[in-house]
Amino acid sequence: MSLTQIRQGSLVLVDAARVQSRGAFYVAQSRIRQMMTWIWLILGIAIANPILYLISVGIGLGGLIDKSVGPAGVDGVKYLTFLAPALLAQAAIQGTMDETVFPTIEGFKWHKTFYSMNATPLSGAQISYGVFLTALFRAFYTVVLYFGVMWAFGALESPRAWLAIPTAVFAGASFGALMQALAARLEDENIFFVVLGRFVMMPLFMFSGTFFPLTSMPFFLQWIGWISPLWHATELGRNLTYGHPISPTMMWVHFVFLGVMLVVGLYFSARIFTKRLAK
Amino acid sequence: MSNPLISARGLTKKFGDFTAVNGIDFDVYKGESFGFLGPNGAGKSTAMRIIGATSQRTSGTISILGKDPELHGPQIRAHLGVVPQQDNLDMQLSVAENLYIYGRYFGLSRKFVKGKVNELLAFAQLEEKRDAKVETLSGGMKRRLTIARALVSEPEILMLDEPTTGLDPQARHILWDRLFRLKEQGVTLLITTHFMDEAEQLCDRLIVMDKGSIMAEGSPASLIKNYATKEVLELRFGSDRNQEMGAKLRTMCERIEELPDRVLMYTEDGEALLEKIYSADLHPKTSLVRRSSLEDVFLRLTGRTLIE
Repeated sequence: MSLTQIRQGSLVLVDAARVQSRGAFYVAQSRIRQMMTWIWLILGIAIANPILYLISVGIGLGGLIDKSVGPAGVDGVKYLTFLAPALLAQAAIQGTMDETVFPTIEGFKWHKTFYSMNATPLSGAQISYGVFLTALFRAFYTVVLYFGVMWAFGALESPRAWLAIPTAVFAGASFGALMQALAARLEDENIFFVVLGRFVMMPLFMFSGTFFPLTSMPFFLQWIGWISPLWHATELGRNLTYGHPISPTMMWVHFVFLGVMLVVGLYFSARIFTKRLAK
Repeated sequence: MSNPLISARGLTKKFGDFTAVNGIDFDVYKGESFGFLGPNGAGKSTAMRIIGATSQRTSGTISILGKDPELHGPQIRAHLGVVPQQDNLDMQLSVAENLYIYGRYFGLSRKFVKGKVNELLAFAQLEEKRDAKVETLSGGMKRRLTIARALVSEPEILMLDEPTTGLDPQARHILWDRLFRLKEQGVTLLITTHFMDEAEQLCDRLIVMDKGSIMAEGSPASLIKNYATKEVLELRFGSDRNQEMGAKLRTMCERIEELPDRVLMYTEDGEALLEKIYSADLHPKTSLVRRSSLEDVFLRLTGRTLIE
């Protein structure tokens, strides 16, 4: 019924410098703990999603396409093999989206947990990085599971196909960082979700060369692919899983695009977190 | 007296055109229980957020534990325990987990925090709720958990923003008891409240705030002594007659306040005054003699009641 008789006090106990170097990991640890409360749902979706997609679109629709294009294939391979790397990158993007946007709105608005974190030695930037690290973790295991299903479906041709795991996570990271910055600015999230779902996520998914090569689109629509992290990651994934040709220049373009998006997203997210918490 | 733990001069915070805190000065010393008393919107919470080294001031100076919060936010926050007005607990986690993760935010070792969690669960009388999700707790339990959480790092200064708003009387008394114990252990308490009984119970010294400014400062007893008489006679004549009667009574005491529902007469001897009123053939529907409180101080200073 009482506190410890010997009170040491925070002046003895707390080392602010320690938090300054590890704060983002403390935030990530607690976020992951929260994620664990519904981990079975996340894992279930992470496994069911590729199985259903690869069966219905990859094999079902793919069977029709493979029949009509003949032995030349799509981009030289079975439709399933062509489609799978795009879905892999999409899974990473969806994973980071869910794990950046919702926790950010929750932290600022729904439960205001970021304010309680910020009442400790944690800074706004550390909270931002911690949320992001958690999203990265989620993207990673989602992609690994997806990759396993792709392997089981025989959608991998190249021995270095596993490198598509980090490139997919990279795309998820880039998009997630930017979305986190956007979500941190939101006062009213309802409109945001409608706009994001219908006018951002859907077009990106459909027009990023996911289901057919970007070059088969009318020229005036190809820009959507160029600004989409999904397309850049898909190109890299196709190169890695079945040897889709990419020039060295384009290889650079893909990496630099995703890299710039990541850095810009992280920078603004940290800045907006800091400012909003200091109001 | 030694150096103050917290010292503010001309502290000001503006949100656009609105001035939430308007050039306030105060000092808080180690081990004391210091209060901000004022109605909602007086600027108490804003002041608390500045002292909490999260919100940035617009102008003025403030030093907390000898440091400027604008430059050393994390170093100051390392020694504060903050209980915000709204419980911002992690709803999806259990009671024990909430305490545990919060301890980790201070960089405390796993071992230390695990021991501390048990101690805090006992302190907050939440041992049976250890593994319950926060969502399932009552308001009073959530409040106790938020206070326990703020204590996980054994802070030098515990800051409580409206600690008992929304709690039933029993839950309030349990909380007050817990806060007394902390004070006995030498923790400096900073409390905002719009309840005068809470301020009288918990605060050694307080400032009365209204519209962002300090109206008065002192111990509850000295404020009452300086700004009110020893006793108050409360009379009710019925809501339509209070005003009219007030005019007649004005000459009979030191000071009078006519509120919509009652008339307050300030005097050194309430019973004697009441007799005088009866002998003057004025018959209130109800009458009550009581000691003056901080509520009367606030009324005197601002012409308004604390809770409107």
